[in-house]
Amino acid sequence: MATRNFGAPIRRNEDKRLLTGQALFVDDVELPGMVHAAFLRSNLAHAAIRSIDVGAARARDGVVAVYTAEDLGPYWAPGPLLVPPPPIAGSLFHQRTQVPLAKDKVRHVGEPLAVVLAQSRYLAEDALADIVVELDPLPAVVDLEAALADDAARVHEDLRGNVAAHVRQTRGNYAAARARADHVIGRRFHYDHGASSPIETRGIVANWDARANQLTVWDTTQAPVFLRNGLAAMLGLSERQVRVIAPFVGGGFGPKIMLFYPEEVVIPWAARKLNRPIKWIEDRLEHFFATTQERGQTHDAEIALTRDGRILGIKDVFLHDTGAYNPYGLTVPINSQCTLLGPYVVPNYDSTFTAVFTNKPIVTPYRGAGRQHGVFVMERLLDIAARELKLDRAEIRRRNFIPPDAFPYNNEIIYQDFAPLSYDSGNYEPVLDKSLAMIGYERFLAEEQPRLRAQGRHVGIGVTCYVEGTGIGPYEGAKVQVQSNGKVSLATGIGTQGQGHFTSFAQIVADQLGVEVADVDVVTGDTDQFYWGAGTFASRGAVVAGNAVNEAAKVVRQKILKLAAEHFECAEQDLEIADGAVSVVGVPGQ
Amino acid sequence: MKPAPFRYVAARSLEQALQLKAEHGDEARFLAGGQSLVPTMNFRLTQPALLIDINPLTACAGVKKSGGQSVRIGALTRYRSLERDTLTARNLPLLHEALPHIAHPQIRNRGTIGGNLAHADPASEMPAIVLALAGRLRAQSVRGERWIAAAEFFTGALSTALEPDEMLTEVELPAAPSRSGACFIEVARRRGDFAIIGVACTVELDGDGRCRQARIGLCNAGDGPVLAKKASASLNGGKIGAAEIAEAAALVQSEIDPGGNVHASKDYQRHIAGVLTARAIETANERAQRGH
Amino acid sequence: MSGRSVATDADNTDTHDITVTVNGTPYRRRVEARLLLSDFLRHDLTLAGTHVGCEHGVCGACTVLFDGAAVRSCLMFAAQADGHAIVTVEGLALDREHLHPLQEAMRDCHGLQCGYCTPGILMTMKAFLDETPQPDEAQIREALSGNLCRCTGYQHIVEAMALAAQRLRK
Repeated sequence: MATRNFGAPIRRNEDKRLLTGQALFVDDVELPGMVHAAFLRSNLAHAAIRSIDVGAARARDGVVAVYTAEDLGPYWAPGPLLVPPPPIAGSLFHQRTQVPLAKDKVRHVGEPLAVVLAQSRYLAEDALADIVVELDPLPAVVDLEAALADDAARVHEDLRGNVAAHVRQTRGNYAAARARADHVIGRRFHYDHGASSPIETRGIVANWDARANQLTVWDTTQAPVFLRNGLAAMLGLSERQVRVIAPFVGGGFGPKIMLFYPEEVVIPWAARKLNRPIKWIEDRLEHFFATTQERGQTHDAEIALTRDGRILGIKDVFLHDTGAYNPYGLTVPINSQCTLLGPYVVPNYDSTFTAVFTNKPIVTPYRGAGRQHGVFVMERLLDIAARELKLDRAEIRRRNFIPPDAFPYNNEIIYQDFAPLSYDSGNYEPVLDKSLAMIGYERFLAEEQPRLRAQGRHVGIGVTCYVEGTGIGPYEGAKVQVQSNGKVSLATGIGTQGQGHFTSFAQIVADQLGVEVADVDVVTGDTDQFYWGAGTFASRGAVVAGNAVNEAAKVVRQKILKLAAEHFECAEQDLEIADGAVSVVGVPGQ
Repeated sequence: MKPAPFRYVAARSLEQALQLKAEHGDEARFLAGGQSLVPTMNFRLTQPALLIDINPLTACAGVKKSGGQSVRIGALTRYRSLERDTLTARNLPLLHEALPHIAHPQIRNRGTIGGNLAHADPASEMPAIVLALAGRLRAQSVRGERWIAAAEFFTGALSTALEPDEMLTEVELPAAPSRSGACFIEVARRRGDFAIIGVACTVELDGDGRCRQARIGLCNAGDGPVLAKKASASLNGGKIGAAEIAEAAALVQSEIDPGGNVHASKDYQRHIAGVLTARAIETANERAQRGH
Repeated sequence: MSGRSVATDADNTDTHDITVTVNGTPYRRRVEARLLLSDFLRHDLTLAGTHVGCEHGVCGACTVLFDGAAVRSCLMFAAQADGHAIVTVEGLALDREHLHPLQEAMRDCHGLQCGYCTPGILMTMKAFLDETPQPDEAQIREALSGNLCRCTGYQHIVEAMALAAQRLRK
C-alpha cells in the first residue's frame, strides 16, 4: 500500500468554513433565553475581603442573578490538582489550587469576587459597578527572593512561608566535577513573565436542559474530556449527562488547557441553578489577568568545563514563580530542570528549584511549558564558555553532543511524565552542520559581520540546540466508521485550535481506506462523538491521536478486505482499495 | 469591554451640534472618527452621557487653499482623504510625510485630523506638526468663533484650550513656501505604534542659501507637543552645516523632558531625539535647497 | 434575537431605528445607542464571521468594509451605520461554490491555522487590493500592519496576498 497522502502538500479540509465565516467558535453559540455573565474581579493583588454587597446589583433592571462565594454553598471548593508531582525523592510540595469565587481573601489582581448574570453583557458590566466590595489591602508578594524572606507576607497563611515546592535532582557528583574543572562559569539569569494572548480569548456557554437531564458546555478548552469528567463529578452528574464541545478554537497555546478555571466551574453551576443557558466571553482586558501565564524564573547557574570546552557538570539553583495557586503541580519547573540538559552529555548535574507563591496570576504551561527556561540557561552558559575559552559557539556544542552510538541515552533524572528522562534516538551533529550550512554561518562570521560592524551596525547570529520531549501520554483514542452511505467518518477526543487535525487525521484515514482526504468527515473535541482522551498539548496530537487514528483505520481496512474477500470469493491479498472502492487486482469490473 | 449607557444623536447640522454641546458641556462628547474616543468608552474610562455624532457634517471635511498662503483643513477630514489629497501633498509636505506613520490603515480610514488634535495625545504626530508649522485652530460654539494659535491650543497631556461648549472645526496651516523643505521622522517599536520620539522639522532658506527660519517640533517628548525653540533659533541666520546640525540636536536634547515609558527610558528617548533631529534637519535642508 | 440590543428602562439608554445594508441585503432593526457594530453584526444579524479580539481597535479581527473602506467594527456603534453599506466576510465569496480569489489564495498558501484573525485580514486585503492591484511586498506588509495573527507568523499571509493580487489581475 503506497502512502498517497500522508506527507504530501495538500489543501486543508477546514479552510473553506474558516474562510467564509462559517466555522463555529464559542461566542457564535446563540441559544434562546441565554443570559450573559460578567465577573467582578479584584483590582488589588493581595487583600482581605471584609464584605461584598451585591444588593444594588441584584436590583438592577435586566439583572437575572448575582452570586458570590457564599451562594455556591457546598459546591464551593478549591479546584483539583491537575498534575500530581512526579515521585522525586526528598521533594516538597504544597497543593493550593484556585477557587471558584474568592472567599476571605484575594490573592491576585483579577481573581473573581462575584458573578453577574444579565440580559446582555452590556447590562452585566453595568451591574458590576453596583457591587460594593470592601477590601483591606495586604502587602503584595511580587519579587521571588523577597517572597522567601522570613518576614514576607504570606500568600497562603496556613503555610509557614511562600514556598510552593522544593525539588532537587542530581546525577553523578557535581562538587567533584567542579573540583576537577579547568574552567567554571557562574551567572544569574532572569526569565520574565508573559501572557499567551491568542486572538480568541476564553469563553464558555453552558446549557442545562432540565427535561432532557443534560448539560451541554461549549468551551474554548484544549481538553474537553477532562473538563467533562470534572464537571460531572463536581455537579453530581453522570458523565453521560455532560457533553463538552470544543468547537473551532481561536488559538490555544497552552493556557486553554488549564482546567477548572473559576469561570469554568461557576458558569455550569449557575446554568443548572437558573435553568437558563449562560454565556461568558472573556474580554481582552480580563485575559491579561484571568487566563494563566508563564515564565518568571531566576536561575543561579554554574557550568564546569575542561579547557577544551567539554562539560564536566552543571549546577543550577532556580526560583520559579508559580503565581497565587499551583493547580498544574510541578510540570513547568520540572520541564525547565530536565530540558536544560539538552542534546549534551552532562555527566554531573545538580539542579534545585523552589517554586514560589506570589500574588500574580497562576502560571501553567504556555508554549514551551518551562522548557525554554532551561534551554536559555544552558545555551547562554555555552555561549559564555565559548567566548571565554576562545572557541566557536557551534564548535563547543559539537564537542558536547551525545554521540549517535550512545542511544537510548538515559539522563536519569525524572521528567514530567514521571519516568527517568531518556532519549530514544538522536544524531545531532549532522543536524547542526546542515543548519549552519543553510544559514551561511561561516560566511556570516567571516565576511558579513565584520563588514556590518565597520558600518557601525551590530548584527549577530544565534545558535541554540535543544531536545524537546513530546508525544506525552497517557493515551488517545479514535473511532473510524464507514457509514451506511459509504462515507467515512472519524472522531477523536482531542480538540483543534488551528493544528489542522481535520486534514492531517483525514490523510491518515484516507491512506488506509483508499478514499479522498476531502471525503473523510472529522470531528474533534466533542465528548459525545468520542468519549475519552487527554487533550491537545505538549506537541502530542499528531503522535498520540494520529497513531490512534491510524490503528482504528487499520482495523476498518481489515474488515473491508475481509468482507470484500467473502463477496468476491477470493483471497484478501488479491484485493486493493482505491478511490473509495474495493476491487480485485487485475480483474476489471470487479 | 462594553461602553456604559449613553444617548446618541446624529447631528443634522453644525448649529444643532453646537447647541447640544452648549446644553450639556462636558457631559457630551463629539463623535468624529471614534478611533481614540471609542476605545476609552469601551474601557469605561470615558462615560459621556451624550454622544453627538458629527460624522454627518460633511461640510466640516475637506481641504482648501485660503488666501494664497494657507491651507485650511476641515476638522472632520479623515486621514485617508489627506493621504490622497494633492493639495496636501504639494503644500503641506510635513503633514503628508507623517500620515503613513499614524496608527494603521483601518484607523486612518475613520480617524480625523480634528479628532486627533482635540484629543491632544502628547505622543501623537499631528499636534507636533501643527505646532511646528505655527498653525491656528478654529473653535466654534453657540457664542461665536475664535482662532487659537497652536502654541496656546495644546495645554497639557490630553487637554486643550477648547471650552466645554466649543468644537474644533478647522485647522489652518501655512503652505510651504518655495525654497523650503520639511521632514518628519519617527521611531516606533512596530509600525503604527505610538512614536518613541517623532521629529517634525521645517527649514526655509533665503536667496543666499542661509536659513531664514527653522522650526523643530517633537512628539512624545513632554506632556504635550514640544516646540524646540532654542534649537530652532540656533539655526536661523546662517548656513546649515554639520556643526550647526550637531548643535541644534544637542539643544533639542536639553530642551525636552520626555517621560519615559515601558517601551523606552527617558535617556533613550533623549538620545533618539538628538539622532532624529540631526537627520530631520539635514533632510529638510537638502529638500529646501532642491526646492521642496 | 434583537432583544439583546433593545434597552429596558435604564435612564440613560436610548434606542434607534436603523436601516443598514449588509452584504447587499437591507436590514431594519432597533438598536440601543451603545451597541457596538461588531456585536450588532455578530449577534443581532447572526453574521458571526466577523470576530472580536480586543474591543479597542488594536487586533483587526473585527475589520469589515464600511462604504468600501476597511474599518474596525468594534470602534463603531450600530447606530452610526444607519444608511450605510457594510460588507463582511460572509459577503466575500462569489457564490456558494466559488470562493473569492483572496480566500482561495489564503487556502492555497496556508495563510490560516486557527482561522480566528482570518476574516479581518480578508476584509482588510479586499479593500487594499481593490485600491492597489499591483502591490509590492512592502506595500502588502504595510497594508497588513493593522491585523494581528498569533498562529502563522504572517509569512504565508503575505504570500497569499501576492498570489491573490496576481490572480485578480488575470
